[in-house]
Amino acid sequence: MAVTASANRAFFNQLRKYYTWYTGGFITFVIVLAILEQFGLPKVWIGYVFLVATIMLYAGIGIMSRTADVAEYYVAGRRVPALFNGMATGADWMSAASFIGMAGGLYLQGFDGLAFIMGWTGGYCLVALFLAPYLRKFGQFTIPDFLGARYGGNIARSIGIFAAILCSFTYVVAQIYGVGLITSRLTGLEFGVGVFVGLAGILVCSFLGGMRAVTWTQVAQYIILIIAYMIPVVWLSVKITGVPVPQLVYGGVLERVTQLEKKLTVDPKEVEVRKIFADRAADARKRIEGLPGSWETARADAAKRVEDLRTANAPAADIRAAEKTVADFPKSADDARKAWQAQASANAGRAGPPLPHAEPFPTNKTGEAGEKERNSKRLNFLALTLCLMVGTAALPHILMRYYTTPSVNEARRSVFWSLFFIFLLYFTAPALAVLVKYEVYSAVVGSSFANLPAWVAAWSSIDPGLLSISDINKDGILQLAEIRLGQDIIVLATPEIAGLPYVISGLVAAGGLAAALSTADGLLLTIANALSHDTYYKMINPNASTQKRVMISKILLLCVALTAAYVTSLKPGDILFLVGAAFSLAAAAFFPALALGIFWKRANKPGAIAGMVLGLGITMYYMATRYPFFQQALGLNPADYPFWFGIAPISSGIFGIPLGILAIIVVSLLTPEPDKQTQELVEHVRYPNLRGDTVNTLAR
Amino acid sequence: MQLTAKHKEYWNRNLRITAVLLFIWFVVTFVMSWFARPLAEINFFGWPLSFYMAAQGSLIIYVLILYYYANKMGKLDIEYGVDEGDM
Repeated sequence: MAVTASANRAFFNQLRKYYTWYTGGFITFVIVLAILEQFGLPKVWIGYVFLVATIMLYAGIGIMSRTADVAEYYVAGRRVPALFNGMATGADWMSAASFIGMAGGLYLQGFDGLAFIMGWTGGYCLVALFLAPYLRKFGQFTIPDFLGARYGGNIARSIGIFAAILCSFTYVVAQIYGVGLITSRLTGLEFGVGVFVGLAGILVCSFLGGMRAVTWTQVAQYIILIIAYMIPVVWLSVKITGVPVPQLVYGGVLERVTQLEKKLTVDPKEVEVRKIFADRAADARKRIEGLPGSWETARADAAKRVEDLRTANAPAADIRAAEKTVADFPKSADDARKAWQAQASANAGRAGPPLPHAEPFPTNKTGEAGEKERNSKRLNFLALTLCLMVGTAALPHILMRYYTTPSVNEARRSVFWSLFFIFLLYFTAPALAVLVKYEVYSAVVGSSFANLPAWVAAWSSIDPGLLSISDINKDGILQLAEIRLGQDIIVLATPEIAGLPYVISGLVAAGGLAAALSTADGLLLTIANALSHDTYYKMINPNASTQKRVMISKILLLCVALTAAYVTSLKPGDILFLVGAAFSLAAAAFFPALALGIFWKRANKPGAIAGMVLGLGITMYYMATRYPFFQQALGLNPADYPFWFGIAPISSGIFGIPLGILAIIVVSLLTPEPDKQTQELVEHVRYPNLRGDTVNTLAR
Repeated sequence: MQLTAKHKEYWNRNLRITAVLLFIWFVVTFVMSWFARPLAEINFFGWPLSFYMAAQGSLIIYVLILYYYANKMGKLDIEYGVDEGDM
């Protein structure tokens, strides 16, 4: 033991030295680029340098960590120190959505968005208290491994494989989507090309070295992403508050935002713009009521308008616009209903005053209806928080990371470090949202269209999906109600809002890329392992040699990656909402069976199967019948499927988790208790080191 | 193998620690959020208390919970002789 202890310590010191040098080198690299920018290095070049340099770096780490050893390939040799495993988990955990989208989500949703902040951090309490140390003692390679050993036979393992692939695949498509988006933004390459460039970066790493290469790359990626996130926020904080620690001082900024909100709610110009939106919504609703007759009249009106403009010799631009209206006009009364309903809800959405940022569960409704909506929002907030937390403690690519520490105690400490490193970003995001909101409410609103702040002018011309402004009431002044923001812009535009040089914008993009790549790496490995280790080795060919196992695993990894990239290149924008849903699916499928498997000896095979099938089943059923995307695909009428207790489909795990737990308990009690061997396995995982223990589950 | 009384006591103490920490986690997350509207009236260094807790306070408590758990369990392992030696 003493030998391993000193070897581990030496390894830790060596890693610390490497990564300190690496961090210093990276900062120097950014400073050199900043100096070159001052000497006139073009922006496109800065983008290319960031893209090429970071991907080469990750590939370099991948090549240095290449391996064909099973334990190295699946669990990095089980010698990753707690601190570094924490950083790797942080990068594994924080996806493109956390890095780029979250602050924007908080900007748009205010208090209610904080469900994501609490859910995606508090889940680690469940990881530590219920799973990580016990899974580490169990010490095999995958999560289905545990289900297979604890509940015997292949059925529980197979359900685990299905669920692991189901939630990881949608998640990985979202990451590769993010990679394509950032690459094309950074370099001007086409989206499809960007996807495959990013994919190459992911593959060199995980293909050559499996978990070992992924771990050391993820540590490197965490360092880049946290530097990239912090610099602009700190700078913006100095600009607005004069203090470089935004997390400590944004309470005062939040108060000022609240005052501005009150002012903007009653400002006559704002009221005027909102009234215009309300009128447009009412107009659309009137047309919907008049269907199908209104469709014919409206179509005739549009055609007549083209004629009128032509006879009146109107400007060519006006005529073209009118012609376009005719060409795009809904082809049937049914299409018209859909198009107008979309118009009505889009306009109605912009007709209300700004929702107060600091107020929990806000609503514009008053009296009893308002109270009802508040209660419904509160219920959804709690349900979403719970689903995200339990889902965190059930996502296979996260739980797998705790197999890689040298001991049970290191696994416990490693969960602490994971949460600490995630916390650094998550407690900054709400501050960033408030700071940007203050800047928008105080400096952007009220500026004249002729003289907009530079970043507003620049971004609204790049991508109207991120930022669009139009002078609705034609007064030449920008009102709050005339601005529409996409959530990704908050992080992307912060360097410019803070007045930083372009090199920092490049750094932020590189950080987003690191977040997306690191998560994609972990997910791809999970899917490939579920297929190669759990399906091929454990179920099809248990006699396969170790070389063959690693080789099969690498081939499958390549296939999965290419499939995911192909799906992504089709731009499936409308399935990205499923990422949130992955948490509910994982929560319902895995958590009850894993936690009860450790804490309740009496849980048996029929119980676990019933719990997983019912929990996952009801969650999938609720999603399939309540998400508009699936309702359309399945041809269901939304009116036939009202929400249960008003719970939105993203939180459908709220039904699956308790049902799964209940089913395991009831069915287990109705069937014989597990055999002695299984009970000894449970005792084995409960104690870090049981002297005289005859069970040994450690896989090498 | 047969577990000794000492082993069983270790597990019971583990369960107790887990339960207490889980209770704190539950109060901070769900009870605080349930009462978010009345708590928003309280001013906490500029933040409404419920906003502060959801955005920062609860996160800090989660980190502390995990720090305490790792340390406490490490000591408990040694006390009951189920530690993994010097690793």
